[in-house]
Amino acid sequence: MKREMLTGNAAAAWGVRLAEVDYVPAFPITPQTEIIETLSGWISDGVMDTRFVTMDSEHSMITAAGAASATGVRVFTATSSQGLLYGFEMIYTVAGWRVPLVLINVSRGLSSPITLGPDHNDVLATRDTGFLQIHCENCQEVLDSVLMAYRMAEDERVLLPVIVNMDGFYLSFTREPVEIPDVEEVRRFLPAYNPSHAYFKAGHPMAQGVAVLGGEYYSYFKYQMHLASKNALDVYKKTCREFEKEFGRKYDTIEEYRLDDAEYVLIMIDSFSTMGKAAVDRAREQGIKAGLLRPRLLRPFPEEDIRKALNGKRSVAVIDQNISMGKGGILYSELAGCLYNEKNRPFLLSFIGGLGGKNISPEEFTFIFDQLVRGEEAEVETPHLLYTEQEWEGMQKLKDIAGKG
Amino acid sequence: MSTEPIRSVKDLPQEENLFPGTAACAGCGGLLTLRHCLKMLGENVVIVNAAGCFTLLSIYPFTPFRSSWLYTAMACAPAGAQGVRDALDILLEKGKIDPEDNLKVVVLTGDGAAYDMGLSSTSGAIYRNLDFYYICYDNEAYGNTGFQESASTPFASRTKTSPAGKGSVKKDLFGIWNSHKPPYLATISPAYPVDLANKFKKAEQYKGPKLFISLIPCPPGWSTDPSHTFKLAKLAVETGFWALKESVFGEVEHTYVPERFKPVEEYLKEQGRFSHLFSPVRKEEQLGRVQEMVNEYWERFGILL
Ligand code: SF4
Repeated sequence: MKREMLTGNAAAAWGVRLAEVDYVPAFPITPQTEIIETLSGWISDGVMDTRFVTMDSEHSMITAAGAASATGVRVFTATSSQGLLYGFEMIYTVAGWRVPLVLINVSRGLSSPITLGPDHNDVLATRDTGFLQIHCENCQEVLDSVLMAYRMAEDERVLLPVIVNMDGFYLSFTREPVEIPDVEEVRRFLPAYNPSHAYFKAGHPMAQGVAVLGGEYYSYFKYQMHLASKNALDVYKKTCREFEKEFGRKYDTIEEYRLDDAEYVLIMIDSFSTMGKAAVDRAREQGIKAGLLRPRLLRPFPEEDIRKALNGKRSVAVIDQNISMGKGGILYSELAGCLYNEKNRPFLLSFIGGLGGKNISPEEFTFIFDQLVRGEEAEVETPHLLYTEQEWEGMQKLKDIAGKG
Repeated sequence: MSTEPIRSVKDLPQEENLFPGTAACAGCGGLLTLRHCLKMLGENVVIVNAAGCFTLLSIYPFTPFRSSWLYTAMACAPAGAQGVRDALDILLEKGKIDPEDNLKVVVLTGDGAAYDMGLSSTSGAIYRNLDFYYICYDNEAYGNTGFQESASTPFASRTKTSPAGKGSVKKDLFGIWNSHKPPYLATISPAYPVDLANKFKKAEQYKGPKLFISLIPCPPGWSTDPSHTFKLAKLAVETGFWALKESVFGEVEHTYVPERFKPVEEYLKEQGRFSHLFSPVRKEEQLGRVQEMVNEYWERFGILL
């Protein structure tokens, strides 16, 4: 084990290197380029025994990744934003192939307008595809999650691909001290990949991704994917326990921050939850019983754990870094659905912020806690779009310059 | 396989690697092509399929192949082939499979995907010098969806979306591919199985992209009798409408030139998709234009009809 200052992207690359991945089909897109640059550097230096190929698009990249995985090797790839969307057709397809591929998505807002800053509409678009989703708050978690993702994906009860998600810029280029485990330790936790399910072999004809004629057959395969994703919950928990045994770091389906005695709860995912934690600390200093819940696994959705963690809380604010036009926050809907039948359910508020990397200021967090304390008396509509006076004025200034004021 | 050229149909391999009873239409020229191709490729094959008629060859839980099959999507079968080939190479290098158990990777696609949506991933695979076979069954329209115009549809052909006959000319896919200078590129026809077989024999010696386009009669789309498929495929070649050729690293040669070219009209008049050129009135101008285009093609190679 050694400790180094690593960016989120470099930590991702270390995870892939330690997982001793066989194959990396790639296509560059900001802000994930550093991952594939780092890997290709190691491969050309001979540090990694991995085949690297630059594909002609993300659509081709995801296809090649899935096809190689279906042939029986351990595969990694990475993308972001428009790239994920360009390959989206194949995201569904390779999930249906039931291949244990791991893909890192470095979240970035979607066109149009085009931007480099992060939010989660890209990764959440894959919510219903069959890919499992792990969301990371810090660089250590990125490295660790890559290893855990392979363990989970390759389990016979799962056999589904996994997206490990981190925020562009906020995490991809932030340097933090990261513990890099030794390869022998990792091998104990994640042995070499030996496919036991369908793969291509001489004298053993195998048809993959074949057509079905009729809803009964189609439904059967889709239900199988749903059940496999449900299985992933237990497999993930077991993976967490074994990860802790091997490496000493503890993960779970959710992270609870000062939640035990909390009455007012923020729900946030990925790196912006660090800001949320700071806001919780400030609120605590003012005597507000604040806490934060961070779902780490979004698919499968850890409903039971979330229900348990929120049982008896007075009010909860879901801060979504995404927007479903004409509806609101995607996580809010997930949470509302998860809590609807609870007798003792908390009051639920929805906020949208952080789109395209927009800051959420301490004042805005104060405003959110204020609304949470008011509970049913809250004076915000759902969803409430976080946008400060100052941001509004700045925008008006730009419109003036553009002659559209 | 011996290196001796195949001289007659009697010399073709006896083994069948494609079994009957598929969902393809009666008289499908594509199926006939594929049957010959698979005789030459053998059974240690992974077919990577793009959306098209032949996607319906493998329907759960049945498959007509002795070999393996992966359905990808319309745009990306060559990228799927890349993943399979690379994975096989990794497994070979790491000693996880024996060299004699190596598999050939074959892309199978219709013209809709090959000429348009799949062109980018095909170009990528050729450019990366991927070691694979590519077979395009070209019925000159989107056949699986009921025969709509594609970039491969020839001038004047009627389709469901060009009811008056297509106004523009067929895209030159052979030329586009050939500009990448792949090791081996050929046009084939189900009516010339010996020519087809020898092209596969020749291709076998090259590592890299090996591409085959087959012009295939399609009875429902062309409005022809299923029993006329072989005859039509032959007429396409004998009239000079479909040139049988090959290219090795960009150098084009014709593998068969009819001694006397038949008038192209003989080919056109057999097909419902061109019937509007003959009745209720003969469209001399369009008929003349089709013949002219055929003549111009051959003249470029110094061959006069
Ligand atoms: S529509 Fe044409 S190409 Fe497609 S299967 Fe039928 S005959 Fe063959």
